[in-house]
Amino acid sequence: MNKLSALIAVLYASAGIATGALAQDLTGTLKKIKETGAITVGHRESSIPFSYLDDKQQPIGYAMDLCMKIVGAVKAELKMPNLKVNLQPVTSGNRIPQLQAGNIDIECGSTTNSVERQKQVSFGPTYFVINVTAAVKKASGIKQLADLNGKTVSTTSGTTSVPLLKQYEKTRSVAIREIYGKDHAESFLLLSQDRSAAFVMDDILLAGQIASARNPGDFVIIPESLRQEPYSMMLRRDDPQFKALVDRTVGGVMKSGEIDAIYRKWFMSPIPPKGVNMNFPMTPAIKDAFANPNDKGV
Amino acid sequence: MKFDLDWGVFFHEIPGGGDRYADLLVSGVAWTLAVSASAWVIALVLGSVIGTIRTTDRPWMVSLGDAWVELFRNIPLLVQMFLWYFVVPEFIAPLKRWLVQADPAHAQFVAAVLCLALFTSARVAEQVRAGIQSLPRGQRLAGMALGLTQPQVYRHVLLPMAFRIVIPPLTSETMNLIKNSSIALTIGLTELTFRSREMGEYTFRFFEAFSAATLIYIAIAMTANRAMALIEKRTAVPGYIAGGRKQAP
Repeated sequence: MNKLSALIAVLYASAGIATGALAQDLTGTLKKIKETGAITVGHRESSIPFSYLDDKQQPIGYAMDLCMKIVGAVKAELKMPNLKVNLQPVTSGNRIPQLQAGNIDIECGSTTNSVERQKQVSFGPTYFVINVTAAVKKASGIKQLADLNGKTVSTTSGTTSVPLLKQYEKTRSVAIREIYGKDHAESFLLLSQDRSAAFVMDDILLAGQIASARNPGDFVIIPESLRQEPYSMMLRRDDPQFKALVDRTVGGVMKSGEIDAIYRKWFMSPIPPKGVNMNFPMTPAIKDAFANPNDKGV
Repeated sequence: MKFDLDWGVFFHEIPGGGDRYADLLVSGVAWTLAVSASAWVIALVLGSVIGTIRTTDRPWMVSLGDAWVELFRNIPLLVQMFLWYFVVPEFIAPLKRWLVQADPAHAQFVAAVLCLALFTSARVAEQVRAGIQSLPRGQRLAGMALGLTQPQVYRHVLLPMAFRIVIPPLTSETMNLIKNSSIALTIGLTELTFRSREMGEYTFRFFEAFSAATLIYIAIAMTANRAMALIEKRTAVPGYIAGGRKQAP
């Protein structure tokens, strides 16, 4: 691992000079992109506002904007202005195998950067920090996570919320019945149909589901946190060239302050398809991540 | 691309629980078997009735049977699963009330069994109909000439032979049903495929998890296949169709 970070540091530092050398002996993802003439971006379908489909079924979002910066950098780096960009929808459950199998080259969604996942994949700089908590109906009278004792709770299968919820159950000795949706929209549907009393997920994703619900006023997010998690784009592991390019590009966007406008666009303004406003100002943790771009996992 | 495989992962403990990943898969197998077996019984009964009435001389029965088959066979299974679990209860108040307070696993089980049973019943019906129609017309006429009523002709003449004929296609239907049961993961039923995915997400050992699932599915389907072959052999009428290899000269 030390060797790898040293290599990344060298690549990072010498990025400007190395461009010419890199073009000759490309490895990993960049080599694959050069050979196939295409980059495949994995996106989510209902992770609002990170990566989701608009009314024309086109993937858009905050993570997509950042990934398009990376695509732009790849075009420049490989001198391929006509690089073909394929878009491939992925789910919580299949995003890692899709990436490992080479069906996608980068995943732009709402993926937690965890130490456990880093054994299998690599991550770009943290572009968002979330709190895992629960959304409930206002009418339910649930004010805190402990109130969920004896209730049915929905969550999306394949996400980090599942083990987190199990851990919470164990340490607080509360009994919770879990019910799994295959995506966030379905988990939220379970909540809005009263099949579950709460939907446990990352706060920003809950805000996204609520913002696009029929009656956003019916729901409330519990101001408690099971855990803080950094979000990042997912890359294949052991691919220093591509990782350096991603770090350089996204880190640059953050350092230059360009990120502020992108953040405002997706979290503080009305967004497609319905023109809802997430109204989610930067938290201190997010500001810190932008000031010091890093890929530390939890 | 090179993968380092770790087959010991099945015996690692799941974080937050005392179980091992192998236990996770075993509980998934139990759900898969329970759903498949329950759905199979219902599908066989319903499919036989629907398939039979499609060959009678009552137009309304034939139309009913046709409509049934077209309805359940023409809608993708994935869509049907969603409809039974999310949409139908919204229109039936008592069902909704039961769902809200029931154990989610029970609700998912009922929806999955119902969905798979109806879908498979349409396919079984089609095969039973084909089996009956493959019999020479003379058998039905002979039965009627003997003075049997239509139900009696079916009971004593047509169905005993038709069922023997359709055992091989029913075998593949059984195996399809077992494999189709994996669709229940979309409504959150914790069956084998769901558990394999879950194990993959926890450990990122997707290849190990799905290799195990693959072998388990093959084992289950092969067992069903052998069981049906045994039934086929046991019930064979000597010298007649579907007699199996033993009767070959």
